[in-house]
Amino acid sequence: MTQVFENNDLQPVGYGRMLRKEDARLLRGRGRFVDDVQLPGMLHLAILRSPFAHATIVSIDTSAAEASPGVRAVVTGETLKGLGLAWMPTLSNDVQAVLATDKVRFQGQEVAFVVAEDRYQARDALELIDVEYDVLEPVVDVRKALSPDAPVIRTDLEGKTDNHVFDWETGDEEETNRVFAAADVIVKEDIVYPRVHPAPMETCGSVADFDPVEGRLRLWSTTQAPHAHRTLYAIVAGIPEHKIQVIAPDIGGGFGNKVPIYPGYVHSIVGSIVTGRPVKWMEDRSENLISTGFARDYIMRAEIAATSEGKILAIRTNVLADHGAFNGTAAPVKYPAGFFGVFTGSYDLQAAHCKMTAVYTNKAPGGVAYACSFRITEAVYLVERIVDALAYELRMDPAELRLKNFIRPEQFPYTTKTGWVYDSGDYEPTMRLAMEMAGYDELRKEQAEKRARGELMGIGIAFFTEAVGAGPRKNMDILGLGMADGCELRVHPTGKAVVRLSVKTQGQGHETTFAQIVAEELGIPPADIDVLHGDTDNTPFGLGTYGSRSTPVSGAAAALVARKVRDKAKLIASAMLEVSVADLDWVKGSFQVKGDPGRSVTIQEIAFRAHGAGDLPDGVEGGLEAQICYNPSNLTYPHGAYICVVDIDPGTAEVKVRRFIAVDDCGTRINPMIIEGQVHGGLTDGVGMALMEMISFDEDGNCLGASLMDYLIPTALEVPDWETGFTVTPSPHHPIGAKGIGESATVGSPPAIVNAVVDALKPFGIRHADMPLTPSRVWDAMRGRATPPI
Amino acid sequence: MQVPAPFEYERATSVDQAIGLLERLGSSARLVAGGHSLLPMMKLRLANFEYLIDINDLHAELGYIRLSDDEVRIGAMTRHRELLESDVLASVLPIFSDAERVIADPIVRNRGTLGGSLCQADPSEDLSAVCTTLDASCVIRGPGGAERVVTMEEFHVGPYETAVADNEILTEIRIPRKSFRTGSAYAKVERRAGDWAVVSAGAAVWLDEGRIVDARVGLAAVGPNTTGIPEISAALRGHEPGESLYELAGAIAARSCDPVTDTRGSADYKRHLADELTRRTLRKAVERARS
Repeated sequence: MTQVFENNDLQPVGYGRMLRKEDARLLRGRGRFVDDVQLPGMLHLAILRSPFAHATIVSIDTSAAEASPGVRAVVTGETLKGLGLAWMPTLSNDVQAVLATDKVRFQGQEVAFVVAEDRYQARDALELIDVEYDVLEPVVDVRKALSPDAPVIRTDLEGKTDNHVFDWETGDEEETNRVFAAADVIVKEDIVYPRVHPAPMETCGSVADFDPVEGRLRLWSTTQAPHAHRTLYAIVAGIPEHKIQVIAPDIGGGFGNKVPIYPGYVHSIVGSIVTGRPVKWMEDRSENLISTGFARDYIMRAEIAATSEGKILAIRTNVLADHGAFNGTAAPVKYPAGFFGVFTGSYDLQAAHCKMTAVYTNKAPGGVAYACSFRITEAVYLVERIVDALAYELRMDPAELRLKNFIRPEQFPYTTKTGWVYDSGDYEPTMRLAMEMAGYDELRKEQAEKRARGELMGIGIAFFTEAVGAGPRKNMDILGLGMADGCELRVHPTGKAVVRLSVKTQGQGHETTFAQIVAEELGIPPADIDVLHGDTDNTPFGLGTYGSRSTPVSGAAAALVARKVRDKAKLIASAMLEVSVADLDWVKGSFQVKGDPGRSVTIQEIAFRAHGAGDLPDGVEGGLEAQICYNPSNLTYPHGAYICVVDIDPGTAEVKVRRFIAVDDCGTRINPMIIEGQVHGGLTDGVGMALMEMISFDEDGNCLGASLMDYLIPTALEVPDWETGFTVTPSPHHPIGAKGIGESATVGSPPAIVNAVVDALKPFGIRHADMPLTPSRVWDAMRGRATPPI
Repeated sequence: MQVPAPFEYERATSVDQAIGLLERLGSSARLVAGGHSLLPMMKLRLANFEYLIDINDLHAELGYIRLSDDEVRIGAMTRHRELLESDVLASVLPIFSDAERVIADPIVRNRGTLGGSLCQADPSEDLSAVCTTLDASCVIRGPGGAERVVTMEEFHVGPYETAVADNEILTEIRIPRKSFRTGSAYAKVERRAGDWAVVSAGAAVWLDEGRIVDARVGLAAVGPNTTGIPEISAALRGHEPGESLYELAGAIAARSCDPVTDTRGSADYKRHLADELTRRTLRKAVERARS
């Protein structure tokens, strides 16, 4: 661990380890989060939520609540209906109730809200709202959602007679079936990726301040995408976009949970308009868990075809996707299943095919969250699980099987059978490094000895390729907004700089990473570069931070805008040094005259000259600044090799993760310490999902994961000391060769852990067991009774 | 942030003053000690009381561990952390430190108390299982200084229900000591550090000339109350400890308990754990008694 910090004092002017600039503020309690916002006269909002999963609203009586002390407004769906605000669009072209009017469709759905002088009064008044429900049969079992006698959930949609959301297909079915028919070996497995929740430390909330005189709305909000949200508010609420300021201050973790627009944000806006005062809404932990964006919930049938020598030929899959009561998936519009199409993994296949059906159920909406890179988590889990099942059937070592089937370096850029163009990759060295760090052969030897003694030890491997950095705007948009990102850079006269981003950190360290990117290009120390983000009034338009897109998209924008500034600086330098531009060399931080290094000007001197007295060269404006909007030409494709070692107590079936080796290749590494931090967090997420996390429901549709006592997230005691390593395969199309890293570990770790547990259970003849691998479920598996969790 | 319904709050200055307040306020009042069970329930509005009587200032009066030849007396306000860190307790009743190591987390252990844990009477509660294992008795004080002493079986009336009346306070736990070689141990299976038990078991044995004079097993999370199993004691008494005996005890534990399937695990698995953990804790307790 000491290694992590040894270079921090070097303060690199560019890439390298350095402490995070934002940490001085965050670690001293000087961060400013939404719940820290206090405005004069601010009121507090509390939401009444449905106790039922599916029920008709017969009547709502708010009179007692309105008379309760301190209450300034009580708003129901009927009130909103009158304003045309009862429904709002979701990010997937569906609609979602802002407040329920006709019926409630999941437990925890918003039914009414109260605005009062303080949080206690608002909460107390909720108890006085009298709602009469007529309880309907809920659709809880996703497998029965499309049965003819299933109750129809979305009666609000014209002509809707079933619970079908969409069908989606990718790859070539005919060709895939042909390859399967000719294969020596076919392995089939039903694989469930259960519903989980991102559970960020800070729950969602907002403070709305509508100024009726100016017609201006200021909204502090827990959002990962402030600009996209502003545009959507303008469209939904009819407030002109230039009159809306969305401010995402410090955000206490997002993981995709803070991408959608939640009804609560809209409530606070309506509350402020209705009362004429600022209104704060901050949900509590249970509200966050039961009503905001969940993740996963895919039931996948996976099939893999191979030769008897272990050459993988094809993969096909059939997926049933539970989208909850409203299709609130946050994904590029043309990708209803996100980037699930990369389920072909890191292997050179002859064919692949996927068919997916998405359905409504009486559960909270969402679907893309929890650091999943738009469903790549599910895709990677699918392929890495089924490849392990194939290794089991072929009696092959799972590492050897993978090495045999990797896409070879000379095949890049590689077009997969589902149409994705992997930009670069060199998989074998990454895999070999992980095996070397793990001492793979020794581990297998140890395992054999332990097995002979009846001890249960497992070694699990996962190798993943991610697709991150959405996206080229020609293919990728969210509700018509192209997924490109702006960046503005201004160098002040004294050579200090400010860079303004369209993306927004939720803890990933943008204020450091982006300062380092600019520093690398301009030679200005990161300490001298301020990074502004999160406020739509002082940052350029862009689509925000999720899907590991900040470095691939905004990172490219930051590098290119810095190069633009450098180009201008060069013109000024040539005037200052009285040589032609062609005679100048850039040496990080200054321009030197070719062949005469004694004659040079620093970027700081140039900045002063750019703002200073005297003429500038013809055609050169004063100032030293630039702006850009970067549209990526492709996604970036990071990869990694993960090896997990587990021990299982044969008596209690408890799983202990003994070691975890993670070798990541995210191309050019900007701040290795931040990368390792991201990886550590993602691996911990993976332990949670693999071993304990699941949002489950009882047969009435009651959410059984409504508190952190019921929905477990891992602690430091459940995780080993992470062993991280890296290889570097730069992205050929990214200006600095960087790829995303934010979600790699969350994507790659669950299959490694599950593969390790299943490997440990090999003596019991186990080829597959579903997450979460709680002691009880592992014990069931040991008895040959492994059952899906739903 | 979850916020409780309105309530009045008073800090008690002595045990008798607290009892006086309880006497006056009846069932609308509740004592708060560590508060780590009560306050979350109030914030979730699962529990609503008009009055809270804070007894944390009574720690000086009720926070103690006293060892005599024939018993150990522990004050009801003794905090988890004090139980965990007590060398005296560790030397005579190591089951306490075994259990305290796996109860919640340091933040809870800094505030939570023995009395609060027992009075919460959660069927998964660890210290109740420990006290059941040790055949503890509970001292309950009422108006006028009247004290009564009840067994753990009498103390636990049902899930979340105890023999302590609205105008009474649990003041002390008494654990008998016997003049034999003794050992005790506790084991818990949890889904994650700090979680409630899937199942936990405590065991205590008393040995004389290599034979079991007495043995007790207490289980948590396998029935409506933490359960002592007299049949195990009867089966072990008079025998020399060994694997076949532990196996027998485990089998009795498995068939005597009454677990239900929930998100922590299936009833079958819990029954298996009752067996497994009974064997493990007995083995450990005997090891300790012998050393």
